[in-house]
Amino acid sequence: MTEIATDQVIDARGMACPGPLMSLIGAIRQSQVGTVIEVWSSDQGSATDIPAWVAKAHHDLIEVVEEDGFTRFRVRKAR
Amino acid sequence: MPAQVVVLGGGVGGTLTANLLARQLGRNLHVTVVDPTGMHVYQPGFLYAALGKANGRWLARDERTLLHRQVDLAVEAATRIDPDKGTVQLAHGGSLPFDYLVLATGARLIPDEIPGLVAGAHEFYSLQGALRLREALRGFRGGRVLVGVAGIPYKCPPAPVEFTLMVDQYLRRRGLRDKSQVTLLSPLSRAFTIESASKLIQPILTKRGIGLETFFNVEEVDPSAGTVRSLEGEAAAYDLLVLVPPHRGQAVIETSRLGDAGGWVPTDRHTLAHRDHERIFALGDATDLPLSKSGSTAHFEAPVVASRIASLLRGTAPKANYGGRVMCFLETGDGRATALRFDYEHPPVPPTPSRFWHAAKWAFNRLYWDTVPQGRIPERDLPVHDAKRRPA
Repeated sequence: MTEIATDQVIDARGMACPGPLMSLIGAIRQSQVGTVIEVWSSDQGSATDIPAWVAKAHHDLIEVVEEDGFTRFRVRKAR
Repeated sequence: MPAQVVVLGGGVGGTLTANLLARQLGRNLHVTVVDPTGMHVYQPGFLYAALGKANGRWLARDERTLLHRQVDLAVEAATRIDPDKGTVQLAHGGSLPFDYLVLATGARLIPDEIPGLVAGAHEFYSLQGALRLREALRGFRGGRVLVGVAGIPYKCPPAPVEFTLMVDQYLRRRGLRDKSQVTLLSPLSRAFTIESASKLIQPILTKRGIGLETFFNVEEVDPSAGTVRSLEGEAAAYDLLVLVPPHRGQAVIETSRLGDAGGWVPTDRHTLAHRDHERIFALGDATDLPLSKSGSTAHFEAPVVASRIASLLRGTAPKANYGGRVMCFLETGDGRATALRFDYEHPPVPPTPSRFWHAAKWAFNRLYWDTVPQGRIPERDLPVHDAKRRPA
């Protein structure tokens, strides 16, 4: 399987809710369709908010990876 | 020669910081407030002006009348800051040198960022906008009312919720509520940024028959079709659309390369110093701190900035630190309100809406001009909520 490259990383660690989600939304606004954006969040609310928003906005949640003290959300802009 | 402190911005934070510095250091210090209008505006009043509960006259005063007599006022726009030389360039020529600079520049509304917003939507984040909305409400005969925000961060986070709940009351009073649908458009998964406040607000919305559309991040307004479209791909039809315009930091911050991508000043959360420039401090709406952009935040930050600059000028170690303290009222309509008191470590536990908090907000509105800018309300007024406070 081919690894999907990340185009942009948003380090939102330390940001309180809704900072990480709003950073992702801001990046999606600015990017082209197909762009893969990775958000790093240490806020627990992101675990529900980011997947819920990605589903509502019809983008693709490629993967959610738990790291030491934070979570990486990889999202592809689908439209 | 006395030390020079320049304060950019004559709002709550700038005025209070300048007055506290003048009081603490007297003739050992020369403080200049630079403000492009020379008028101090009480922005929380716009909400009431829009709903016909206040006229515009009590919302603005000459900044000079609020400043300590030893503080100079320059009614000028600052165009560029040179942090290395320690100078502020002014729009009409000349510059001011500083030993310490306070950025109390606030936020700027940028409605043009959303296509169709200016032509299709109302706002109550400027006096002109609030008065125009008041006229639109007077002519309203029922229909679909949509209230939302067109970007985060924005000033006074409770305001859109307050307007929604108060416009519901306004329409009931005029006998138009049965002919109207009121809906709050939220960019988040809930009604309000703070979860505990959302848990209080959402049942009130339901009880009043007010709709809630979540994850609605405004992308575009089509005034001819009467629709607003979201980044998430949805569209909502309106007869009256009220949207908080997107905000950015001020142009002088951006042209001086002192801000982040949104024009907000990178600010240390405790010392309130610029993260790259130790002689520059920031407070209020201008910072990038994850707090409410509100006068309350600036009110609690100003004593910290003034105390730290006074210590540095005296050659002693600054001791004052900001703990993230904020206290906001939230009107829920029907003559009731609640209060949001929190800091970096303690989320708010809002009390049940009551007439007491509504009366407190009205008292604060009336007392503001003679208390807050002069520092007559101590910054340590009320505990956030002692019962929930962690042991030190």
